[in-house]
Amino acid sequence: MVQFTLNGNPCHSGAGDNALLLDVLRGDLGLTGTRFGCGANQCGACHVLVDGASVPACDTPLWAVAGKQVVTVEGLGSAAAPHPVQAALIVYQAGQCGYCLSGIQISAAALLARNPNPTDAEVRSALDRHLCRCGSHNRIVKAVLAAAQHMPPKPTESGA
Amino acid sequence: MNLAFRLSTDAAALRAGPGGERVRAASLAVNPRISQWLRFHADGSVEARPGKVEIGQGIVTALAQIVAEELDVSLARIRMVPAGTDTSPDEAVTSGSLSIQESGAALRQASACARALFLDAAAAQLQAAPETLQISDGEIRAVSDSTSGGTSGSTSRTTSYWALAAGINLDVDADTAIKPKAPADYRIVGTAAPRRDLPEKVFGTPRLIHDLVLPGMLHGRVVRPSAPGAHLESIDSSAVQTLPGVVCIVRDGSFIGVVAATELQANRAAEQLAQLAQWRETRELPDAQHLPAWLRAQPVESKVVDQRADPAIVSATRTMQATYSRGFVAHASIGPSCALARWPADAASGALEVWTHSQGIFNLRTDLALAFARAPETVVVHHVEGSGCYGHNGADDVAYDAALLARAVPGRTVRLQWTRAQELAWSPVSPAMRVDLEAALDDAGNILAWKHDVTSNGHGTRPGRAKTPALLAATHLEKPFEALIAVNAPLAAGGGAERNAVPLYNFPAWTITNHRLLTMPLRTSAMRSLGAHCNVFALESFIDEIAHARGEDPLAFRLRQLSDPRAIAVVERAAQLCNWRDDARGEGHGRGIAFAKYKNTGAYCAVIAEVDVAREVRVKKLWIAVDVGLVINPDGVRNQIEGGAIQAASFTLKEAVAFDRSRITSDAWEHYPILKFSEVPEVDIDLISRPDQPAVGAGEAAHGPVAAAIGNAVFNAIGVRVRDMPLTPERIISAMA
Repeated sequence: MVQFTLNGNPCHSGAGDNALLLDVLRGDLGLTGTRFGCGANQCGACHVLVDGASVPACDTPLWAVAGKQVVTVEGLGSAAAPHPVQAALIVYQAGQCGYCLSGIQISAAALLARNPNPTDAEVRSALDRHLCRCGSHNRIVKAVLAAAQHMPPKPTESGA
Repeated sequence: MNLAFRLSTDAAALRAGPGGERVRAASLAVNPRISQWLRFHADGSVEARPGKVEIGQGIVTALAQIVAEELDVSLARIRMVPAGTDTSPDEAVTSGSLSIQESGAALRQASACARALFLDAAAAQLQAAPETLQISDGEIRAVSDSTSGGTSGSTSRTTSYWALAAGINLDVDADTAIKPKAPADYRIVGTAAPRRDLPEKVFGTPRLIHDLVLPGMLHGRVVRPSAPGAHLESIDSSAVQTLPGVVCIVRDGSFIGVVAATELQANRAAEQLAQLAQWRETRELPDAQHLPAWLRAQPVESKVVDQRADPAIVSATRTMQATYSRGFVAHASIGPSCALARWPADAASGALEVWTHSQGIFNLRTDLALAFARAPETVVVHHVEGSGCYGHNGADDVAYDAALLARAVPGRTVRLQWTRAQELAWSPVSPAMRVDLEAALDDAGNILAWKHDVTSNGHGTRPGRAKTPALLAATHLEKPFEALIAVNAPLAAGGGAERNAVPLYNFPAWTITNHRLLTMPLRTSAMRSLGAHCNVFALESFIDEIAHARGEDPLAFRLRQLSDPRAIAVVERAAQLCNWRDDARGEGHGRGIAFAKYKNTGAYCAVIAEVDVAREVRVKKLWIAVDVGLVINPDGVRNQIEGGAIQAASFTLKEAVAFDRSRITSDAWEHYPILKFSEVPEVDIDLISRPDQPAVGAGEAAHGPVAAAIGNAVFNAIGVRVRDMPLTPERIISAMA
């Protein structure tokens, strides 16, 4: 049994230490916002936050998140209380098919948490692991830069 | 690929009206009843039921705007019903940038007719002349001062769609004589209404087919042959049968798959099956390094698609020739194809139900019925949005796979998602193309005659159009269906390989010939812009070569030979956007221009590309001027143009399906790279709005011009012409050598 925190709530899974986080999220836990794209850490569609870092859930065994904070797109925000990146994606109409957006938001949120004022190049660099086939890249970058202006102030102390 | 395709082969429909009118009326001609398109409800909502589907392009938002506009109701009242073969009008395939023309025109006319019926009913009830009534967000009010009824209270002078809905019969044919609103009166059409689908996509709310969970659902996985054309010689699957969760293994000839309780269990079982399967390979693939030569060596069916004769050619003093090409291109959607299927528990009654992200649910139904020897009415196909769709991808194939697996477990739903390798190696691919161009010139370098020869596999093996099903696994069965050789749509419907091969320039003479391959080692079909990507690359590159040979500014050279004012306007606008000057750049920095009118009937698009060429080509910026006629949603058009331009840059710089003599080897992202965030150019778009012109689609307009503008910019930067796409570092180096 692996215990961790999922979107702020205690969570445990008996899927086995080596089960992949993506399978557990989409399967037993029923959180389908995190998407399967390649299963090989090459497209970014399945990224989630693990203790604030953006990681591919398809390449993360369950044991690696034991005791950690896991945040999926469903936990990042909601229509009632969107994360600044989510609000900006909608304002900028930054998306077409949307398949890649879950993973991209996760990396964008991780970036803004550690760098509240990124440059255009820094945003692109942070999102370079994420493939988008519809060509929404520039709108997404603009949205992330705009979201940076609306991030809540950083906590004064770092670490957990 | 669309309704125009079907009607262009139907002589009666072609006679239905002059020019573009028949295309615009097509969807309504096939589905004439208003109730097929619209339903009004007492709760204050209107259901709109397009047969075209959302494939990531934002069409559902634009269609909702059209309905809200004609009915004079707020956008929020329009509910867009997902398409299903049991609920929607048959609008064939969502493709060819025709959804605004076909579905939009039908919904507009159906809405105008419904509005008229409601006004008649309201006039009777309110005892007022219909023309004196006003509609505001569905409320119908008599505003005339003539109080013939003697009552002056306002309550008796209003009614609404919602109050009248139950009494209005919409099971009547839409009257095509009723005129929709004049564009000058538009208040909703033409605004940048936000996309209806985006919030759920942002918040990760289940919406896509990949997220769909049905009660008691099982999971499938298929094992594809070791290579195209390979036969399954033997497999001992007894050990897999007993793996945890495995419900059954399904084999039919060379089709093999597994059904299990969970996706993970299905994956594990399929991995073992793949290890155990013994294949006999039968097909040799072409030499990927020499595709232009291979294309020329194949048996072909040749057809002159357009010809313009002029005796002036005898005064030609010289000719120029060049050959351009590109490789096979993959759809490469981020989400692998996915489907769900369920057979009735009792085979004799009930329907086979399929959930799919296919572009053509009715066409898929036709082929499923063919493949399973069932009546089409006993197959119900529901559309659910999928990952981005850019043409005939694996959506239909995976739906058939799911149905083959689900047949073994009647009454249970089976969900099947392809692997990444299956998505990249087994979806249809866009054909490799070769374009041979020849121009006859006079002493001054003026073009007297033009010859354009396209050699390519056909760009269409879509389902629903042949006597046998066009579904991948249908050719793998023990009693296989015949494999189809890809064909091209008639030029009247936009053509396939020959799309945009006919110049829009006023050359005195030309001969445009399409050579369709009669062999098909890799399964090819329609992908965004079809032949236009390579034809426009070739044509617009060659124009540049001739201008350069004459020493003339390529912008001026083009403008001199265009006569369509809308074409001239986009070219001039693009030049203004970037302050085009005919100055030599070079030393690794360059600009190039290109233009096309998509399909020669659609959107006008001119592009200027700015590139840096060092070890590789970096596209820094694209300036794009576009004219799609009436703009339904300016932000939607910009989104489609920008997305198309970035995708086209990716095709042009990076993309070619890789294969050895047996199989596709580009079956992972590391072997099929696409443009990344750090490589994407800045895109500056200017829309030329023409409310008096019919609205045309935007999704494919940029592909050809972007490719050619990049090629021309590379020449401007380094003085070397690279005529084979993709413009990889290896190609640049070998062209410079």
